Amino acid sequence: MISASLSMLPAAIINGFMYGAIYALVALGLTLIYGVLHIINFAHGAMLMLALYAAFFLFDLFNIDPYFSILIVTPCAFIFGYLIYRYGIGSLAKGKDQNILLITLGLSIIIENGALFFFSGDQQTVNLTYGFEAFDLGFMYLSYPKVISFFAALLMCAILWAAMSLTDLGRAIRAVAKERQGARLVGINVEHIFAVTFGIGIACLGAAGCMMLPIFYVDPYTGNIFVLVAFTIVVLGGMGSVVGALVGGFIIGITESVGGLLLGESLGQIGISLIFILILIFRPTGLFGSKV
Amino acid sequence: MSNLRRHLAFLVLGALGLIILPYFISSRFYIDVLTLIFFTAYLGQSWNILGGYAGQFSFGGVMFFGTGAYVSSILLTTFGFPPIFGIFLAILGGAFLGLIVGYMSFRSGLKGSYFALITLAFAELLRVLANSVEFTGGGVGLFLTYAPGLSNLQFETPVGFYYFALVLMFISIAIVYWLEGSRFGAQLVAIRENEDAAEALGIDTLRCKIYAIMIMGAMGGAAGTFYSQKYLYLDPPIAYSIHLSVEMLLVTIVGGMGTIFGPLVGAFVLHTVNEVARHFIDTPGLSLIVYGLILIIIIGYLPNGLIGAFKKKEKKSGSNSLDKKRSREES
Repeated sequence: MISASLSMLPAAIINGFMYGAIYALVALGLTLIYGVLHIINFAHGAMLMLALYAAFFLFDLFNIDPYFSILIVTPCAFIFGYLIYRYGIGSLAKGKDQNILLITLGLSIIIENGALFFFSGDQQTVNLTYGFEAFDLGFMYLSYPKVISFFAALLMCAILWAAMSLTDLGRAIRAVAKERQGARLVGINVEHIFAVTFGIGIACLGAAGCMMLPIFYVDPYTGNIFVLVAFTIVVLGGMGSVVGALVGGFIIGITESVGGLLLGESLGQIGISLIFILILIFRPTGLFGSKV
Repeated sequence: MSNLRRHLAFLVLGALGLIILPYFISSRFYIDVLTLIFFTAYLGQSWNILGGYAGQFSFGGVMFFGTGAYVSSILLTTFGFPPIFGIFLAILGGAFLGLIVGYMSFRSGLKGSYFALITLAFAELLRVLANSVEFTGGGVGLFLTYAPGLSNLQFETPVGFYYFALVLMFISIAIVYWLEGSRFGAQLVAIRENEDAAEALGIDTLRCKIYAIMIMGAMGGAAGTFYSQKYLYLDPPIAYSIHLSVEMLLVTIVGGMGTIFGPLVGAFVLHTVNEVARHFIDTPGLSLIVYGLILIIIIGYLPNGLIGAFKKKEKKSGSNSLDKKRSREES
């Protein structure tokens, strides 16, 4: 039993890497929102679930390939995020940390049950023509969708990083993150930047949803699974740290698949909540964070 | 003081009304709804002590409920230990879990959203554990046998459970009533309003917060025994469901945090909304959509809940200017 598990260890690690890149993209959205707005978006999982449904319906109704849907869902997710922050969360919360948590909790309840109401509770998956083709690595098979999603997620992270460090918008976002009042003084529209940042965070989810659909299923409760995963990655990597989100994503992806292999299906899930608790208690700044 | 005395008169009258109410209601349905309202109000009250009075919001309050439910149910199924005593061990179990969780998180200085999230993670951790070990029955769950009798805390009629839930709720109101007039309650409120200032005044904030979460845990433990003896089945998704965690904070916030009757008002309003919505469109999810909307509206427009909204009408000028001042300071 143990030796059989050990021989499958490399495969589990590689699988963990594949999922880790997508987790990183999900967490990147969360950490960006946190880093700039200093708010915790509890509806992150629910919004990811919406993105998965968007990709699913684009495939189901119009037969659009989920990877092509990235180009459609991502901008829509951005607009959705922008509007919901500008005209919802931002104006209701009045700047209180716990209020935002509760408002986004309310939002996640609405989204989750709205999905249940409109889309029913059935699990949905897509059958792609290339869905069952795989690379033969000798010791394991790696399906095409996993590989494509892996590189697409890395590419998205790179694009985001480049946009944040090279463009004027990225500069404005970083300025707002560092010094709100100062940014306002030099003429940056802070409210607009907040909403844009929230939009970008949700756009990450839009892309991630499309990449996940070929390798996961979607139902109204999918978001619940990922909300704790995303939070764990973010606190592990350090709130607001982009590199941290990437590294954290890989660590969690590998923990999950190796944990599942060694501890079994049920107990294997323990790794995520355990890491979350231990990090918060012993190193709340995370691996790459400088301040809480 | 006169305020408390007026409350007391109101309390006695209301209590008498609720005690004799089942003699006027013959419908099993209404008795069940009322039982559920008391049960949710009771859980909400447990959340209220830590969240409403001490200002520490938890997203995983269900963990005490689930642990208490497992303690008394496992004692019953494995050792035949009667739940009427088992409920006290469930209370101890809940309080002990509160001590562990409180000590670990408050000692590391977690507050605000971080505390909320770590309680969520603790509940999730316990759910995975309960799903993986043998003695909880794992994913199959625990089946309890139906043998009505006081020693089993099971009753032949719904009215029996009505009184069980009512007693729990009365106890919870008594606890908070005591809290309002006690030094400990004042210390919790001081922590909520400004923890650093409370600390500077010499309040042992860590100890107070741990006591508060232990009270919450003890109350949750008893609720677990109630639930498992009423529904006779328990599995990890029920015992550690996030929905129950959300429900307890929801009823309290809707009714009014840090008030004696907030959780009861909130539970009554939300369950009424739920039943009415179900009456018109019986589709899964709808009532929860309404819950989510209510939560957002309350947070955005009525931060003191429904009770706060009524109180504000009574004495408009004073509280308003204070609110304005506070919001200016925060922005």
